[in-house]
Amino acid sequence: MIDPIAIARDSILAPAGLDESALDRLLGHLTSAAVDAADIYFQYSRLQSWVLEDGILKDGNFSIEQGAGLRAVSGEKTGFAYSDELQLPALIEAATAARAIARGGQDGRVRIGQRPVAQRLYEPLNPIDSLPDADKVALLQRVDAEARRADPRVREVIASLVAVQDTVLVLADDGTLAADVRPLVRLNVSVIAEQDGRREQGSSGGGARADLGYFLVEDRALAFAREAVRLALVNLDAVDAPAGTMTVVLGAGWPGVLLHEAVGHGLEGDFNRKGSSAFAGRLGQRVAAKGVTVVDDGTLPGRRGSLNLDDEGTPTQNTVLIEDGILRGYMQDKLNARLTGTTPTGNGRRESYAHLPMPRMTNTYMLAGERDPEEIIASVDKGLYAVNFGGGQVDITSGKFVFSASEAYLIEKGRITRPVKGATLIGNGPDVLTRVSLIGNDLKLDEGVGTCGKEGQSVPVGVGQPTLRIDGLTVGGTSA
Amino acid sequence: MPILTTEDTAERLARLQQIIEDLLKEAKRQGASAAEASVGGSAGLEVAVRLGEVETVEHTRDNGLGVTLYFGHRKGSASTSDLSPAAVRDAVSAARAIAQHTQDDPCAHLAPPELMATEIPDLDLCHPWAIEVEQAIELAIACEDAARAHDPRIVNSEGASLSTHLGIHVAGNSHGFLGGYPTTRHSLNCAVIGQDGELMQRDYWWTTARAAADLDSARSVGERAAERTVARLGARRLGTREAPVLFRAEVATGLLRSLVSAINGASLYRCSSFLLDHLGQRIFPEFVRIHEQPHLLRGLSSAPYDGDGVATRAKDLVRDGVLQTYVLDTYSGCRLGMPTTGNAGGVRNLTIEMGEIDRAALLREMGTGLMVTELMGHGVNPVTGDYSRGASGFWVENGEIQYPVEEITIAGNLKQMFAGLVAVGNDCDFPGSTRTGSWLIDRMTIAGE
Repeated sequence: MIDPIAIARDSILAPAGLDESALDRLLGHLTSAAVDAADIYFQYSRLQSWVLEDGILKDGNFSIEQGAGLRAVSGEKTGFAYSDELQLPALIEAATAARAIARGGQDGRVRIGQRPVAQRLYEPLNPIDSLPDADKVALLQRVDAEARRADPRVREVIASLVAVQDTVLVLADDGTLAADVRPLVRLNVSVIAEQDGRREQGSSGGGARADLGYFLVEDRALAFAREAVRLALVNLDAVDAPAGTMTVVLGAGWPGVLLHEAVGHGLEGDFNRKGSSAFAGRLGQRVAAKGVTVVDDGTLPGRRGSLNLDDEGTPTQNTVLIEDGILRGYMQDKLNARLTGTTPTGNGRRESYAHLPMPRMTNTYMLAGERDPEEIIASVDKGLYAVNFGGGQVDITSGKFVFSASEAYLIEKGRITRPVKGATLIGNGPDVLTRVSLIGNDLKLDEGVGTCGKEGQSVPVGVGQPTLRIDGLTVGGTSA
Repeated sequence: MPILTTEDTAERLARLQQIIEDLLKEAKRQGASAAEASVGGSAGLEVAVRLGEVETVEHTRDNGLGVTLYFGHRKGSASTSDLSPAAVRDAVSAARAIAQHTQDDPCAHLAPPELMATEIPDLDLCHPWAIEVEQAIELAIACEDAARAHDPRIVNSEGASLSTHLGIHVAGNSHGFLGGYPTTRHSLNCAVIGQDGELMQRDYWWTTARAAADLDSARSVGERAAERTVARLGARRLGTREAPVLFRAEVATGLLRSLVSAINGASLYRCSSFLLDHLGQRIFPEFVRIHEQPHLLRGLSSAPYDGDGVATRAKDLVRDGVLQTYVLDTYSGCRLGMPTTGNAGGVRNLTIEMGEIDRAALLREMGTGLMVTELMGHGVNPVTGDYSRGASGFWVENGEIQYPVEEITIAGNLKQMFAGLVAVGNDCDFPGSTRTGSWLIDRMTIAGE
């Protein structure tokens, strides 16, 4: 078994000449009597990407990023500095800047070495080396050919493949010494189809914390190509979407972006500590219909949103946010847990060493209910069936959220009839889940494409849900 | 951490130029027929306060280098945050390794040498702010205090933050082009929370400039944030209907961005634009002129040359309502059979000509309709122009604001919205590189209760 700490030492610390005593000294320099908590986050990240367009593998990129972020916390105050140079003098300078937040006191004394219980949700591999470059190119060419083969109306195909290995090492003054080697792969296909002068796009893709062989299993890559074409063709026939408040049936899987926007962000610990969330102070209250249980689970093997450890070295866990409709918990990082007298939930995440950690989601999903999805659609006299979505957004203070459908159909008299154009759906977070009237037995997670943005920081996440009937959601079409 | 000053910028500029020159030599040594590279370094300070106390003090320092090698018409790219000679050599090797697998693309080449920027005009973009951490904290607190004191309904705060950055960017290519210059950017933001009964609303305001002296006062930023927040309290929904929609100036910028993205070369050669084949055609009413001014002194997105090293130039994108030019870089221009327009990296300082109509007159012109002040989500389909976004703002009757509204959507199609532009106000009152007043659009669908 390969130890992530050994990999982190070899790839980050050794090249910079940093040994145990240097790390002890550095962490000691970052802490003082007035500092409540301090940590150092080392990161070494390699990314390789390939883009195929017009049938030509036209571009590729390889990038390396490395650095360390140093944080000193005193009460609610945080001092932060980072450096992309890993030699000790540069790090000492950053530590001096970061700890200036807490005045006075001598250097602290810290002994590091406590290792959190290791989870192994993915292997500490380098996906860039998992397939010869020539085979990556060939894979994208097969994807392109499959999309063009699928239908003669396909005009343009763009396919891309990205592989990342992110190695992180966290040291904290509570004794934490933890490392994680995080592979992440992603494949995307986007097509434009044209018919009688009308053009529409469709895109699909997926990914995982795995090697690139993931896309070769079960013909996954080619299935993404066919799915992108299917979506473009559906939209070629789409009519104007309806406008107004109506019954909406959301498909299983990626439509779980509803949960991410409507309740997920509002349940992040920082917003609730500050009282800026529409969910603040509502623990124990009903925020969803009976039968609705929502969790944030960072421990699903191989998922895009999963982590062995969060970016503060806390093992991820399965946190129940809403249980049978009752608000049960928030997602916490160390700072917000300490300030609110709770425990960290393994949700402390950051985009990179150059960003401060904060409470973030991992994989957020609703547990399955008992209804047959077909029975749910059949129960609607007139409404919208929305199956695929683009992004969403939320105002956590007012609770208002949106998410944009990219594949949707009218339901008329219990049957799916015509496809309609993409439309934005808008609702009120604390209220929308109380309108869930039927929950399907078909829980599905997304294909591994989600990226969440918060305060300018992007992190990979997952979502999921079963088919849901929501009685009254506003659909932003043009057909009044 | 050192306070940012101009003292060592000349030295750092020379060091970064040396890195690019060495890199281009290494690229040649490794057999590249052409190469281009850019390198940047920046340092900054960001402080955030909340409820009168410091929340974070961040010292930022970023380096980054990117290189593209060409072997005939094949190319490969690499980037690194490590600027050491060994890391730079490794980046060149990595780009070469990538190029062994890419395929011939006839448009993969540098811009013609005669288009390279030869003079680098001083655009007055560098005004370091020698502000101490304590001073920065005081200013941010003053800003937040002004917001919190402005109205008793302001009950909570997301805080205020001040940031200052000094960056140096150098670019070069194997045509012999080598340019570089320092820039600064400073900003102050404030976001506060108001409460009315059980319900809360949040809004914000900001100021940003190349020189600290050009920033709005901390007090005015805070007061504006508070005014905007309080104005949203008591928001209601609307019934589904069609109505004229006024995009207040700060959200009208989004419509200009949609225009730019639709006439961008990459969208056009991929056939993913609703304005495909519209060059020379009327896309707005006759009164509309939209122009780009890349050499605006102290402009927030001013630049003497573009991402291909091509000299930037001022131009009209739309005149008399007619689309005058696409927005092209070397690659997309080649794909469309047109010369580059010097827009690698985008448009710089876009302005729509503003008339004589102030906001009150614009509201009277609208009569009864919706004034939008915030948009949510990404519901714009670039291929078809179909537009559907979450909105909040104010319901207007007979030219007078009646009440705030929220949890509604507005929908239409950008092509029809552009053609249906009734008037542009002279009420440009927000900071940023895109200058526009409010836009009155004749008719959109509002979905609500």
